[in-house]
Amino acid sequence: METAIISGKGGTGKSSVAAAFAALAEEVVVADCDVDAANLYILFHPENIEHRSFTGSREAVIDDTICDGCGLCVDYCRFDALSMAAGHAIVLGVFCDGCGLCARVCPQHAIEMEENCESTLCSGNFRYGQLVYGRLAPGEENSGKLVSMVREKARQHARDRRMNNIIIDGPPGIGCPVIASITGVDQVVIVTEPSKSGMLDLKRIWSLCKSLRLPAYVLINKYDLHIAQSKEIEAFCKANGIRLAGRISFDPIIVDAMVHCKTVTEWVPGSGIVSEIKTAYRKIFQETL
Amino acid sequence: MKIAVASGKGGTGKTFVATNLFYALQNEGLVPTLLDCDAEAPNAGIFFNGKKKHTLEVVLKVPEIDTKRCTYCGKCHEYCNYNAVFIIPPVKVIRILEELCHGCGACLYACNEKAINEKEICLGKVSRFDLSLGASMIVTQICVGVYSPVKVIQAGVRETNDDPLVIMDSPPGTSCPFIQTVVRADYVLLVTEPTPFGLSDLKHSITILKGLDKSCGVIINRSGMGDRAIYDFLQQQKIPLLMEIPFDKSIAAAYAKGDLVAMQNKAWCEKLFSMFNLIVANGNSHH
Ligand code: SF4
Ligand code: SF4
Repeated sequence: METAIISGKGGTGKSSVAAAFAALAEEVVVADCDVDAANLYILFHPENIEHRSFTGSREAVIDDTICDGCGLCVDYCRFDALSMAAGHAIVLGVFCDGCGLCARVCPQHAIEMEENCESTLCSGNFRYGQLVYGRLAPGEENSGKLVSMVREKARQHARDRRMNNIIIDGPPGIGCPVIASITGVDQVVIVTEPSKSGMLDLKRIWSLCKSLRLPAYVLINKYDLHIAQSKEIEAFCKANGIRLAGRISFDPIIVDAMVHCKTVTEWVPGSGIVSEIKTAYRKIFQETL
Repeated sequence: MKIAVASGKGGTGKTFVATNLFYALQNEGLVPTLLDCDAEAPNAGIFFNGKKKHTLEVVLKVPEIDTKRCTYCGKCHEYCNYNAVFIIPPVKVIRILEELCHGCGACLYACNEKAINEKEICLGKVSRFDLSLGASMIVTQICVGVYSPVKVIQAGVRETNDDPLVIMDSPPGTSCPFIQTVVRADYVLLVTEPTPFGLSDLKHSITILKGLDKSCGVIINRSGMGDRAIYDFLQQQKIPLLMEIPFDKSIAAAYAKGDLVAMQNKAWCEKLFSMFNLIVANGNSHH
């Protein structure tokens, strides 16, 4: 069973919740799909790490000695990545999308597409099972592809080690990396917080889940920070038939746990917020089984 | 001048800083523009009421196949770098997968049969709002299901071309959307937290900003929680620590309600404005 923990934006405590769930599951494959800022490895210290690099994107490179300055490539480029300077075409790397059309149109064959960024897929075992995560090379765009690779690797581990629980820590937002993280999962847990921005983000991520027909739970973190807003979230869930997984109180101890590289369930096992997390865990992972 | 407020991950208080700084600048009589580049989750609008001046639709040109002309030669498929042309010649099936298409036009160029036309699909919108005291707010927003916010962000940045002073609330992360925002900025303010997660993300952001040759400074949010590792890192790297925002439940609660602390408490205005002056001075000494 694949469960994706997402939030519509960062900072709702999504990763801390995902880590706590992993600790409660005890036997689990965790897929950190926040490939732009993967950080569960900091908590889990995976060992025997296996790395795999892959090249994602390409960038146009122009040979000045061949380019005769006709400017055709500049006309064709739709990403404003080419311009003319001193009689030659030049590439503005940050804007190049790697489509390769310039290389096709150049009558002098002065342009080559070079594969540049190196992203890595990593995987290692940790105290509760296996952690798979991706590291996107700086400026790399194709995070959807890396996310899919992370998920595929996680599924493979789950098969090999006969573990049926995969927990996905998803990226923020509603774009391609999120879509790649949640498409086809068995359930989604939306971690939200009671603020006006949290409410907007929740609505956006919910409409994405709906369009992908994914069963979703909402988990309200920092519940008591703004009770009226929390109630509004609950009303929204009720009106839209979204199951409420639980409420977690605001407690800076979560940060403390993180600083000590522990999940909150390990750091303060008997605390109130851990029992709130456990209640949510049971609802999400045991009622459906 | 354009100042981007960014953070390696979301939820570090980036929007908090951007909106309060924007307010503080207005309070000092400047006429800034707030550009919300977090097109996947634009929330700056919660904090300001404005009158909508105009909205631009951001479109992408995607191909459409004229199956009467198509000979199923497959050249378009070969030219497409993004696997957006799905074709099975023997059974005469060809389809454009719009969600994968980047609108590059390579297939149009490839086709010898004039079997490809283009149509426009909507990626998102950019809206400009007039606020009181002459300031403006520009909000970028992608449509649900759109693959990448980059084109919408670029359109938002273009919209600020003639605005003299722009505060950009940048998207989270360090991939393309972040880069397309900061590449247009004169200065980047990185907001982070003193935690291992915060430090790991900050290192990643700084590597990229160095590659882009951007000046940057750091704001530590929720100081007093977490640990000291981030302070040591900044000192080693000689990156200016511009401000610390202490952890305070009342700040979090005000933000949750959609209130601006700078509006409630003038000391915040002064604090943010002197930071702004520091950035301007820093920016000038660089050029
Ligand atoms: S426009 Fe570019 S990305 Fe889109 S289908 Fe054609 S070749 Fe592929
Ligand atoms: S290149 Fe033109 S003719 Fe050939 S398969 Fe594509 S659309 Fe059809």
